Amino acid sequence: MLSRTADNLFWIARYMERAETMARLLEVGARISLLPSVHGYRSEWDSLLQASGTADGFDRKYAEPVARNIESYLFFDHDNPSSVASCLRQARENGRIVRTALTTQVWDALNTAFQELKQLERQPRSELELTQLTDWVTRHAAMVRGSIGATLLRNDGYDFLNLGYCLERADATARLLDVKYYVLLPRVEFVGSGLDNYQWMTLLRALSLHRAFHWTYAGEITARKIADFLILNPQSPRSLVTSVEGINHALHRLGRAYGRETVAQVRGRQLNDMLERVTVEDIFDEGMHEFLTRFIGDVATLGYHVWESYLTGDVR
Amino acid sequence: MAMQGKAVRVTTYFNEMFQDGEVRIPYSRLEGWTKRMPDALRHMKQAEAEALFRRIGITFAVYGEGGDPDRLIPFDMFPRVFTAAEWARLERGIKQRARALNAFLVDVYGRGEIVRAGRIPAHLVYRNAAFEKSVVGFVPPKGVYSHIVGIDLVRTGADEFFVLEDNCRTPSGVSYMLENREIMMRMFPDLFRENRIEPVDNYPLLLRRTLASVAPAKCKGDPTIVILTPGHFNSAYYEHSFLADLMGVELVEGQDLFVEGEYVWMRTTEGPKRVDVIYRRIDDAYIDPLCFRPDSMLGVPGLMDVYRSGGVNICSCPGAGVADDKAVYTFVPEMIRFYLGEEPILNNVPTWQCAKEDDRKYVLENLKDLVVKEVHGSGGYGMLVGPKSTRDQIERFHARISEDPGNYIAQPTLALSTTPTFVDEGIAPRHVDLRPYCLVGERVELVPGGLTRVALTEGSLVVNSSQGGGVKDTWVLAE
Repeated sequence: MLSRTADNLFWIARYMERAETMARLLEVGARISLLPSVHGYRSEWDSLLQASGTADGFDRKYAEPVARNIESYLFFDHDNPSSVASCLRQARENGRIVRTALTTQVWDALNTAFQELKQLERQPRSELELTQLTDWVTRHAAMVRGSIGATLLRNDGYDFLNLGYCLERADATARLLDVKYYVLLPRVEFVGSGLDNYQWMTLLRALSLHRAFHWTYAGEITARKIADFLILNPQSPRSLVTSVEGINHALHRLGRAYGRETVAQVRGRQLNDMLERVTVEDIFDEGMHEFLTRFIGDVATLGYHVWESYLTGDVR
Repeated sequence: MAMQGKAVRVTTYFNEMFQDGEVRIPYSRLEGWTKRMPDALRHMKQAEAEALFRRIGITFAVYGEGGDPDRLIPFDMFPRVFTAAEWARLERGIKQRARALNAFLVDVYGRGEIVRAGRIPAHLVYRNAAFEKSVVGFVPPKGVYSHIVGIDLVRTGADEFFVLEDNCRTPSGVSYMLENREIMMRMFPDLFRENRIEPVDNYPLLLRRTLASVAPAKCKGDPTIVILTPGHFNSAYYEHSFLADLMGVELVEGQDLFVEGEYVWMRTTEGPKRVDVIYRRIDDAYIDPLCFRPDSMLGVPGLMDVYRSGGVNICSCPGAGVADDKAVYTFVPEMIRFYLGEEPILNNVPTWQCAKEDDRKYVLENLKDLVVKEVHGSGGYGMLVGPKSTRDQIERFHARISEDPGNYIAQPTLALSTTPTFVDEGIAPRHVDLRPYCLVGERVELVPGGLTRVALTEGSLVVNSSQGGGVKDTWVLAE
């Protein structure tokens, strides 16, 4: 497969997953902001910008981190390369370039999202509820993923799509968790408070995982349980360990199909081994934020090796 | 294609469906078909066709016009029909022309016999902007320069066809030929049961076979073929990806290829892979920044060196454009006689060259009936359409021709044929042309069909898609 084609497929998946993450982040922010404000902790909207890595761009364009501006910036703004609108456009454009590597169903799903987005952009903002918007994004993301799963040939192209999805998801879950743990609750005395619980619940809801959590862990919500669920539990669909398993599965298939292992496979297995060895206690000893920061860095390095090994066409 | 301004003589046009008040045989079954189709059904079918085109993604963009980049080319459901006998003659004529054009190219980049023999003026060839000095003395694999020859034809009577121009570089539009058929078969399967229509869908297979047959000498075994596109911003990108898909070859951009050693390689997920045949859909000037335009981002540095040393073949070969030039066009019948020893089966539009004294005299006396063009003009600029011009305009051209005769040619105004076409009010005659795609490799092949373009505006002779032209399915009936 042409490296550029693989690259386009990889990025279709990353952009779709990223659009969904942005929508989920917005939902976390909106729900938390419904709480009566407690004097003395930082604006949760501001923390969202920090977590999504878009704070600098936002500051350049808007003065006030108020809900309306943030919604515009994270959802509609074309100047923000990570906004939902930018991601959906990019995903569709990447799809158009590799149109022949996709089935009609996958193309339809990508194209429909894009066409509907154009309509949303023409609608007055006051008519659009944030929850409708986020639902709309998750629905279209699911349609694209579903059509990939149901109709696409299981060849290397499929593996590059999955690689994109899993890498992006590993990164996203780590970032969402980091917002909650580090940014939203800067003061130790809040830990275990009612506010703390509410925030955890909101995070789980945003990940569409709050019911799954209760099925898996009966009883009280605690930071440890959440960390276990979102980092180490292989049953959880968005946990770090599940995402990394997905990455390794795709890499393993590629290595087998091409009859050749690369640095990417080695690094992927190292990351997996780390997650299998580590315990919740280890994570809290290291510090959740420190652990997550290290993990995000490792995922980025893995992404680099994927690029170098497969997407440049230079490695022989 | 230069159809603009072909003048209208207000006489009777040949209508391909009717002759002497009778329906011609190839169209006989279509008469019943249209009678059985009420307006409401027709509108529904038209909407269905449009939805299919949009879903498949066949759109075209017109540079510099702005507007919707995902515009659809209008599709007319009324097919255009040729009988087996009509097609047999066209086919012989088209293949003959494609062979002669290739013989000419090999000759002018070689010994130039046709020039030495005085059959074509040297300056028209060697001073031509499309003459590519960097390939002089080089004979491409199988002696073929132009592998896909698009020959634009118009019809003026039951047995009268004229060649308007030749396209030896990278003629486009073949995806419409294939998709128009696909959509017609999907929407009107009965029509295809009632009429025996030759299939066109093996075109991609033939194209692949043609390209494989001209693999370079250094290629051993099954050649790797790619299509080189300028990228997804190009208006014909859909066609490029469509053909790549149907041929099962990679669609590459310049950045996907690089030169190392004596070969061209493409960047793949499994490392570099050697490329043997490049079907390029970019112009000569952009192919290799080291050889042509240094600012080209679309090409591959060093490609021409590999090409000239037999490491890769480029289809169509750089330099092929010298055969489809407007000034050279006049000499194609000469080429057929010179290289093939045959008489041309398809005629050129008769052309008077004002540089020749006899011709000039005739032209100046008959300006009101002729179309006059500048030799190097294009797009309908600097031309006179006699029957549609005022006395004043004609006099001004009279003066200009007398002053610089070498710069002008003249042709009769053609009465382009019409075929029935669906319009808002029902069915009406509209002018059409035809572009068949002739493949030249080890063998010369032609699928029975082509792209029929139709001028949808009443009375218009302009079939260009950028100016309101549409397309039709083109049928060749089996014997």
